[in-house]
Amino acid sequence: MNANTGRLALKKQKTAPRRMNSQKLAPYLFIMPFIVSFLLFFSYPLIHAVIMSFQQVLPGDVKFIGLANYRKLWNSDFYQALWNNSRYVFWTVLVLIPLPLTLAALLNSSIMRAKNFFRASLFIPALTSIVVAGIIFRLIFSELDGAIMNSFISLFGLSSQKWLLSPSLSMFALVVLATWRWAGINMLYFLSALQGIPRELYESADMDGAGTLSKFFKITIPLLKPITIYVFTITIYGGYAMFTESFMLWGSRGSPQNIGLTMVGYIYQQGFQYFDLGFGSTIGITLLGITLVVSVIQLNLLGFFKKED
Amino acid sequence: MAEKTRNKGFSLLLVLLFGAFAVLALFPLFALLLASFKPASELFRYGLNVRLDFDVMTLANYKTIFSGKGGSQNYFHWYRNSLVITLLFTFLCLLLSSMVGYGLAMYRFKGRAFVFTLVLAVMMIPVEIIILPLYKLSIDLLIINSIWGIILPFVVAPLPIFFFRQFAIGLPKDFMDAGRIDGCTEFGIFFRIMVPLMLPAYGAMTILQALFSWNNFLWPVIVLRSTEKFTLPIGLSGLLSPTSNNYEVLLAGSIMTIIPILVLFLFFQRFFIAGLTVGGVKG
Repeated sequence: MNANTGRLALKKQKTAPRRMNSQKLAPYLFIMPFIVSFLLFFSYPLIHAVIMSFQQVLPGDVKFIGLANYRKLWNSDFYQALWNNSRYVFWTVLVLIPLPLTLAALLNSSIMRAKNFFRASLFIPALTSIVVAGIIFRLIFSELDGAIMNSFISLFGLSSQKWLLSPSLSMFALVVLATWRWAGINMLYFLSALQGIPRELYESADMDGAGTLSKFFKITIPLLKPITIYVFTITIYGGYAMFTESFMLWGSRGSPQNIGLTMVGYIYQQGFQYFDLGFGSTIGITLLGITLVVSVIQLNLLGFFKKED
Repeated sequence: MAEKTRNKGFSLLLVLLFGAFAVLALFPLFALLLASFKPASELFRYGLNVRLDFDVMTLANYKTIFSGKGGSQNYFHWYRNSLVITLLFTFLCLLLSSMVGYGLAMYRFKGRAFVFTLVLAVMMIPVEIIILPLYKLSIDLLIINSIWGIILPFVVAPLPIFFFRQFAIGLPKDFMDAGRIDGCTEFGIFFRIMVPLMLPAYGAMTILQALFSWNNFLWPVIVLRSTEKFTLPIGLSGLLSPTSNNYEVLLAGSIMTIIPILVLFLFFQRFFIAGLTVGGVKG
């Protein structure tokens, strides 16, 4: 009896510190998946990409070649890719912020009817994969006379165009595809931010006799600044990382005179079609540089916002 | 009174405007749906159009897919692969990411702030940058051309971690002590008490990750080499070439990849919207 209780007490003493230990150890076990994944699938490849960008990587033959890959960046293909991405970013930012913002503000207004229905139908394109979206828009922008885009412009007396063979028309096609695919999501971002604005602000503005437009520009727009910066940033990121859209419109062999070549498409081409992993990594590192600049700008903008608070 | 009629006018105007936008949003899908009921030869001759021509419309394309003949024998392989990968990826991603997010939110430990900064850093760097070294790594790890090659590198995802952390911060910490007094282990507390409390977060994240996995293209197209292992987006993208004679499978097959998502969307609209706009959550 006595021995038993003694053992029990001993057992308790043993488990108590063990549980304390487990409380100290537990958080590290919880975050372990991230640590492993971060080291193996993020840091290691990232460091490897930096190293490979200074190497010539051929199967079984890897050698250090200094900045040769970076010097190789001064070529027309790279310029074309950078130019295409930058134009794409410019146009998508120009369309995919004001349009969804306006739509969200209108949808949020008290006189709007059937809000849920319209919200859902504008959102549906976002459910479609870029591959299927690409299939559809490649067919829409086909050069056949009867295809949707050509029959549409023929209503205005314009003759059929070879949309995907011209630099400016194909950029138009890419931006239309992006608008179709992303406007609904961006609208929802703005919508949820709008619904977070306290009603009292508008009510007190009403009492001060403010009109609809002045309320929109003096209350709504400033309070939407954080979400606008966010949408701005993901649009730029997405624009510079764009690949699948171009891949779908022109196929794996690439576009005529590289009118649809993007930075990631260039990485893909160099890495998997020319097997030049070194140069491919160099393009990746350049893209990383662009991304970091965008991040710094974003953080700055957000920092500004915090100061105003 | 005058203002009321004016508002009614505005209201009607808005509904018309949004009606037009809704038509624009649904129009491309509708065009694809119509094309899927027409012979591919129509598409080659006239291009994609929205003429309702009941004389040429048939179910032939769908019959071809289900017959398993011609170029369609792989389609259901792809469908099965996409389903398996999506289910497995989503399950593992939610399990692991919620553990990490929960750990970061509920415990004070050395290096917590640092690890959280790393999560944010990963979120800010597009994966496209590291696809080449990741490809070499997948070869070395012997996961190339397999579903694990697609799943493992991205299964612990920063955005869900961030989201689960934000969600878990709001959970009552008293429950943890109560669980400890009842003799639960730390993992017992997580699985028995906290996971049920985090169900709304799991709902939103299931949609986000499942849709991501179902639609994912760039990484799978690099990892997968053999046709029978392809996922739907890769298989379909391969059918889209002027030399392809499988447009029947392409058209009907594309529609059949969207239908299940649309059906789920009709039932779980709130979760879809919460899941897909999760990036806008304030940090």
